[in-house]
Amino acid sequence: MPHRTFLWFILPSLMAMFLFIALPIGSVLVQSLHVEHEQVLIESETCGPFGCTPSVSIDQAATRALREARPLGRFNGLRTYTDRNHLATTEVALAWQEAESWPAFASRLMNLPFYKALAFTLSYTFIVTPLVILTGMAVALGVNGLPQLMKGATIFVSLLPMIVTPLVGSLILFWMIDADGILGATLQRLTGDPNLSLKASPVLTWLTLFVYGIWHSAPFAFIVFYAGLQTVPAETMEAAQIDGATRWQRLRYVVIPHMAPLVVFVVLIQLMDNFRVFEAIVGLSAAANASSLSILIYSDLRGDVAQFGSAAATSMLTIIGVAILLTPVLIRTWRDFNRKRV
Amino acid sequence: MAFLRLSGLTVAAALASSAAWAGCDLAGGNINILSNDFGAINAVVDGARTCEGDGVTFSNNATTEHRDIQVAALTPNPAEYTSAIVANSSIVPLYNDGLIRPLDDLVAAHGAGLNPTQLITIDGQVMAVAFMANAQHLFYRSDILEQAGVAVPTTYEEVLAASEAIRAAGLMEHPYAMNSKVGWNLGEEFINMYLGHGGAFFEPGSATPAINNATGVATLEMLAALNAYANPDFLTFDSNATAALWESGELALATMWGSRAAPILDDEGSTAEITGATMLAAAPMVGGGDTPASTLWWDGFTISANVSDEDAEATFVALMHGLSPDVIMANNDLAVWLAPGYTPGATAGGVFATASGGATPYPMLPYMGLMHTALGDNLSEFLQGQESAEQALADVEAAYVTAARAQGFVE
Repeated sequence: MPHRTFLWFILPSLMAMFLFIALPIGSVLVQSLHVEHEQVLIESETCGPFGCTPSVSIDQAATRALREARPLGRFNGLRTYTDRNHLATTEVALAWQEAESWPAFASRLMNLPFYKALAFTLSYTFIVTPLVILTGMAVALGVNGLPQLMKGATIFVSLLPMIVTPLVGSLILFWMIDADGILGATLQRLTGDPNLSLKASPVLTWLTLFVYGIWHSAPFAFIVFYAGLQTVPAETMEAAQIDGATRWQRLRYVVIPHMAPLVVFVVLIQLMDNFRVFEAIVGLSAAANASSLSILIYSDLRGDVAQFGSAAATSMLTIIGVAILLTPVLIRTWRDFNRKRV
Repeated sequence: MAFLRLSGLTVAAALASSAAWAGCDLAGGNINILSNDFGAINAVVDGARTCEGDGVTFSNNATTEHRDIQVAALTPNPAEYTSAIVANSSIVPLYNDGLIRPLDDLVAAHGAGLNPTQLITIDGQVMAVAFMANAQHLFYRSDILEQAGVAVPTTYEEVLAASEAIRAAGLMEHPYAMNSKVGWNLGEEFINMYLGHGGAFFEPGSATPAINNATGVATLEMLAALNAYANPDFLTFDSNATAALWESGELALATMWGSRAAPILDDEGSTAEITGATMLAAAPMVGGGDTPASTLWWDGFTISANVSDEDAEATFVALMHGLSPDVIMANNDLAVWLAPGYTPGATAGGVFATASGGATPYPMLPYMGLMHTALGDNLSEFLQGQESAEQALADVEAAYVTAARAQGFVE
């Protein structure tokens, strides 16, 4: 296709991408470089049903004048990125100097909200992603081996975890692991420990979240792999069978190489999705033990005071995080692509 | 106690003013109300709805997420809502941004039926009209306390002793609960307990935090000691969870919101045995203090600054209609009403006792919301035994200062 035609062909998508992806990200970037104006405070008195109390309130006229002069707020450069609620450069440097051992350094790092969230986010991403691939592949192979009559119903049931809304799915699990729920009560009886709580222990909360993540995402991997299995060339399989290849050898040397591009695709999507883990933590009320970058953004924007600058900085850091995670996979795909072209 | 004198006044005021409430007498205007979603507020909004028709349009949005959308919804001109129903804490961001109008003129023209204590004034201007009061206080089961042989606790030290007695008698393993879910709820429990200890959150006259001290440590230690008698899942307990535990009979002592009394004491969701033995008392005192360790809250309505005078007046008149003695009397037990027409009933005892005991109102400071958020996010490690009280308080102060700096409150 001539370059000129190609350009016209892709122009509408480029325009849409610019409007709906590049512009919003650009605006978040600008937001993250600014903080609110200095607040002009005045001594005042507030009165209500419970009497009068001396208080402090905001000088509205002065604040309005400041805002109209500079609607974006004060320029703060990258200082929001380096403050304690984000990369915490000062605190990390101090911990590095003062900590006498690696565990001491790690525990001081885990006391900072961003690193605490990053630790869970990365653990979740790197534990859930491979297990989703394995589970999805196993289910796809299992369903593919079923008699034709049972396939439809089995596929539907296997897809259910993905059909159920994430929040509803996590709430169901939340009630099941309650001390009075079926899983929580059974565990207490099996271990004989009446104080065992899946919601209170950090380790068990993490495990619950991982299990939920795998349960929720496996159907996506399954359906992609199942579609891929339908395209495995029958001749190659027959040839392998005639050559005396076992079931395992056929899987290892025929099916898996054929499916490799699909695995890369699912890995890409899952890395991105899992890095933004969010609903499960809300649904399972797990914020005491697990926090993620998305949760940090969410809590910045909720409540009486919305902290836009802080939320914007965490959003940019999340985008950078996803980019770093995807780079190795993308480089590999690019190399494969070039090799094929040659 | 202005608060208590209300009850006597209310009946007389109700009889005197009920004739004046008939009809809204509005020529026109748009009314659109943003509010929280619970029975008492819905009753007021439904009362305001009767002004619809004859050129007056009415709509409303009752949502528990109202705090998260109110600033954005009232910022444009004209504002999305003509009124936001707020509480002590949620009026602050609206006032900070100049999004609500002073009500002095409307009160003078249409507010004859209001109690003076209903007017919320900031810096001499009426900014909101309060209609109900709320506070966390003690709920107890008289039957369980009797079986354990303990008196009704008036201090949190006695709550600990009573919980131990109940546990020792084998009646309940986890007799106590409070709304200790990580986030807003846990922050509120710290604030209540810290004020009960007589603490101050900021250096006098500034937004610099001052909680990392002996009072803060004592507060945290009391929260940890209490939650040792709570179910291990306590960091997931919000108001719905504690109320459900209470109704299922798993608790003997709990610190819960006064607005939960009516749904707990009604004949739904529990057995007569449990509700019959459920008693309300003032929030306990703590650490030798002489006021209940709780904060007083009000709910009230505001009028948007960015709406026409006609819409503002129509909204004010309609909401005054929603607060008419008829509406209050028909919904008497749903809340501790501040408006004329209210007769304190069985569900109000805890809030009244807490208020008359001298509990302080929740501080309406412009930077209190940031402190509340920092508290809610940084105390769970201490309560799970993973860090010291001093470290937890230092974390709160550091998180608060970082946020307050970005919001322009501290240098």
